[in-house]
Amino acid sequence: MRKFLGFLVTMATAALLIYSTPEMPNWGDPNSPASTHVSPRYIEKADTETHTPNIVTAVLADYRSYDTMGEAMVVFVAAIGCIMLLRRRQHK
Amino acid sequence: MIKKHDDLIVETLARLLTPFIQAFALYVLFLGHYSPGGGFQGGVLVAASFILLIIAFDLEKTTERFSEKFNVICNGGGVFIYAGIGVLCILLGGNLLDYSVLSKILPVGPEEARALGILGVEIGVEITVAACLVSIFIDLASKGENLGGS
Repeated sequence: MRKFLGFLVTMATAALLIYSTPEMPNWGDPNSPASTHVSPRYIEKADTETHTPNIVTAVLADYRSYDTMGEAMVVFVAAIGCIMLLRRRQHK
Repeated sequence: MIKKHDDLIVETLARLLTPFIQAFALYVLFLGHYSPGGGFQGGVLVAASFILLIIAFDLEKTTERFSEKFNVICNGGGVFIYAGIGVLCILLGGNLLDYSVLSKILPVGPEEARALGILGVEIGVEITVAACLVSIFIDLASKGENLGGS
């Protein structure tokens, strides 16, 4: 019964997602919200504002630097978790 | 535990390849401003060079060169460099990670200061990623046994 209920919920979610898919803007649509607000500004101003020809790096490490700091901390926390779980110290 | 196994060809190749891999990692790091590359990719390359040494030689010999204590310091040190640059920007009167105010202490304009700030945080990311991957590999390969050096 619970399996059937889970199947039903999954199917309902899938149907909802598929139903809403045609409402998404097309790939590379210049009028979609994603390419009308911040994208043109980055493409036009990234080189003059940061002197970094690679726009991806400029967005990753300058405009969205806070996000990248979180990524570095995720890697750091993963290593700390491995150390705390796996490493066995010999106490003298 | 990865034990020592005498294989001249493997050891010689690993010894020859390691400096080139690490030089290429730095190249990838500094090329991040102009093409695909940056801290994460370069850090993985540095970690790959150390993992190659661990596999070709053994764990103890590699941790003599790159001790676990130094490894843990590098783990946190990279994140510290990243967050430290961000806090330095606050202390100089800007927002968090707003590198343009770094031009007050560097002899460059605000735009070049932003490029240098990007380079600084990429170096921090590289150190963290390299040390973390080597640390995880050592812990998994040694089953968490103490290897000394810390």
